[in-house]
Amino acid sequence: MSSAAIDHAHDHDHHHGPAKGISRWLFTTNHKDIGTLYLWFSFAMFLLGGTFALVIRAELFQPGLQFVEPNFFNQMTTMHGLVMVFGAVMPAFVGLANWMIPLMIGAPDMALPRMNNWSFWILPFAFTLMVSTLFMEGGGPNFGWTFYAPLSTTYAPDSVTYFIFAVHIMGASSIMGAINVIATILNMRAPGMTLMKMPLFVWTWLITAYLLIAVMPVLAGVVTMMLFDIHFGTSFFNAAGGGDPVLFQHLFWFFGHPEVYIMILPAFGIVSAIIPTFARKRLFGYDSMVYATASIAFLSFIVWAHHMFTVGMPLAGQLFFMYATMLIAVPTGVKVFNWVATMFRGAMTFETPMLFAIAFVVLFTIGGFTGVMLAITPADFQYHDTYFVVAHFHYVLVPGAVFSLMAAAYYWLPKWTGYMYDETLGKLHFWMSFVGVNLLFFPQHFLGLAGMPRRIPDYALQFANFNWISSVGAFLFGFSQLILLLVVIKCIRGGKKATAQVWEGAQGLEWTVPSPAPYHTFETPPDPSLIKAQ
Amino acid sequence: MASESSHSVYYVPEQTKYPFFASIGLFFMVFGLGSVLNDVSAGDSVAVSTWIALAGFLLLSFIIFQWFATVIRENHAGLNNDQLKRSYVWGMAWFIFSEVMFFAAFFGALFYIRTLAVPWLGGEGEKGLAGEVLWPEFQAAWPLVVNPDPTLFTNPHEGLNVKEWSVSFFAGYLPFWNTVILITSSVTLHYAHVALKAENRKRLLQWMFVTVALGILFLALQALEYVEAYGHYGITLDSGIYGSTFFLLTGFHGFHVTLGTFILIVMLLRCLKGHFKPNDHFGFEAAAWYWHFVDVVWVGLFIFVYLL
Repeated sequence: MSSAAIDHAHDHDHHHGPAKGISRWLFTTNHKDIGTLYLWFSFAMFLLGGTFALVIRAELFQPGLQFVEPNFFNQMTTMHGLVMVFGAVMPAFVGLANWMIPLMIGAPDMALPRMNNWSFWILPFAFTLMVSTLFMEGGGPNFGWTFYAPLSTTYAPDSVTYFIFAVHIMGASSIMGAINVIATILNMRAPGMTLMKMPLFVWTWLITAYLLIAVMPVLAGVVTMMLFDIHFGTSFFNAAGGGDPVLFQHLFWFFGHPEVYIMILPAFGIVSAIIPTFARKRLFGYDSMVYATASIAFLSFIVWAHHMFTVGMPLAGQLFFMYATMLIAVPTGVKVFNWVATMFRGAMTFETPMLFAIAFVVLFTIGGFTGVMLAITPADFQYHDTYFVVAHFHYVLVPGAVFSLMAAAYYWLPKWTGYMYDETLGKLHFWMSFVGVNLLFFPQHFLGLAGMPRRIPDYALQFANFNWISSVGAFLFGFSQLILLLVVIKCIRGGKKATAQVWEGAQGLEWTVPSPAPYHTFETPPDPSLIKAQ
Repeated sequence: MASESSHSVYYVPEQTKYPFFASIGLFFMVFGLGSVLNDVSAGDSVAVSTWIALAGFLLLSFIIFQWFATVIRENHAGLNNDQLKRSYVWGMAWFIFSEVMFFAAFFGALFYIRTLAVPWLGGEGEKGLAGEVLWPEFQAAWPLVVNPDPTLFTNPHEGLNVKEWSVSFFAGYLPFWNTVILITSSVTLHYAHVALKAENRKRLLQWMFVTVALGILFLALQALEYVEAYGHYGITLDSGIYGSTFFLLTGFHGFHVTLGTFILIVMLLRCLKGHFKPNDHFGFEAAAWYWHFVDVVWVGLFIFVYLL
């Protein structure tokens, strides 16, 4: 190939800043722009899904029906789950992957930049389609975010068709995004960046992307079967024709359980970056962290039926899924041990990212312990479909995944904007979120143990006290997130100038480029001497 | 270009309008399709929703055409270095893995139905209680030609599976010939690839013609089989789980063969235009990978849907 042509393209493409106006965002191929788009989109979805949650908590503030009809309540629980999982948490991690992976491995951009833009721009359309079902005749999906058949087939509102197609196209977006991440990590690392020198955020994302490519197509398959059951008379989930509604649950959870780890593995990567920085020590047990992540990913494929113990399953199946599930506690325990060991005798400071990261370790572990409780098959018969389950998965997803995202936002904001964020407001945000989230979800454990079922708009009188505490916590937590919005906007507009390294103890390639990171970074690979073992 | 130096000049494309407008096309296509289905269910006119779906599809197709054309043009202009080419290879490989998992969902459903759900409905084991109570007359069998509730799901007349393992049976068995055709097409495509690498353009075109012809022949026979299934065998989408699994497995496979044939036709046209060099033809290889993948899926289908 003629090198003149390459040099020409090189000059032409790299030596200018972003385009002006809205076209910068619509047509960009820059990983930082696309990362920013993902992060803003996910924050908007976080507020929307949070609003749905506040409708739920307002209704549950006291017994009786106050504000909404039961059918609308069901639409709220459904949409809250779908928007938070597919609209808030997953795109937020993809946004971080876009921003940080090329910076961390010394690559000029993502491997397939145009497809990267497509992965993002499908999402606003997919969510427009999905959320618009709320305004359709017959209402939006009301069958829970797990959309179990036959609730989602025989008894579903007409809008389920649009829900199915929305899931299809957001799945396509996820698969393209995941392919891009894998191609970037496997093919774009700077010379000297061997696999075992990669930051853990990159490792966890590599494994997450693999999980995404493995299970999103299964989700596409299961919604396709729903579509055919609804519109073409097939009987996959109808026993009268020889099918089985339980088949739906198996297929859904074969997707759904790895999906849970898709939402937490990148969080592990973030926390593994932040804790060493603020403990001013190297991460304890880097290799074991990598192997633990891979083990968790492998185990995630063979535990799905622990979501279905009460549906009726042969005893051998119950025992297998119980023990396999408990095994996950081992690699997870390795991780928690390593984080604590990293902090042990470290020179610790407690800036906002570190506060969120420590809270993550503590509160995620609580969610992990309740997970082990739920894994015990005979105990699960008692806990199943109660608020105990709600408390469990919100502990791993809110002070787990969402706290890690907030930690990441504070940690890398100076790198993104070039300014330090307001530490006072950041700490205020942390403490209000911390108190709010525990008020919100801790009492739900007690409610569940006492027998309050999930997904109901009304409840018996004896559950009243814990419910109002939970609702107060919900509003405290919800409105605290506006502080984050304020902090981010303030930080974009100005503040104390950030240095390249930003944090005293920060290690890694992303801290070798100026703050804010220039529009194009690592057009030529970084000096291999900068790449150190973690 | 040495791979060391290839790190220094990765081609990051300029801004692109394709993905955003492709998203708009995709949106209108799926919104229109959903509306068509809902209109049919509600008994309304599908005119408007059909136009929406069609407009979305045309926009999406137009953009994808332009997008591929741009990528090909850039490669011909020498903008793609070795590293970017490797990214395409990784991308295609993982895309095929995602397709494998899509089919895995349908195969998984088939195995679950055949080995667990239907026997349970027939009263087998502890889980058989519900079936015993609901449909005491029901007998578990595969192919399932008597449904648990034939008033809701009309029974098919008979299955399409292999009835006997004899030469005379296979000689008149359409799926067997389709298997032969598809496997042959994989071989002929391989010869086309060999010819491409040996820079024998005439051979390349000949083998590509043969491969495309075999793909089309497969699809024609598959269509014939569907007509037979609906007419003669009474196997329909709504004839119970046998028809459901049969049509979704073979149907999605057939859809992939259609797409694969279309891709091969595009490759044939590109060969006619003189595209592809012996050392630079990943577009061709990706198409070949896809075709071989579709072939492997068929072998799985033939074993588990027809043979066993």
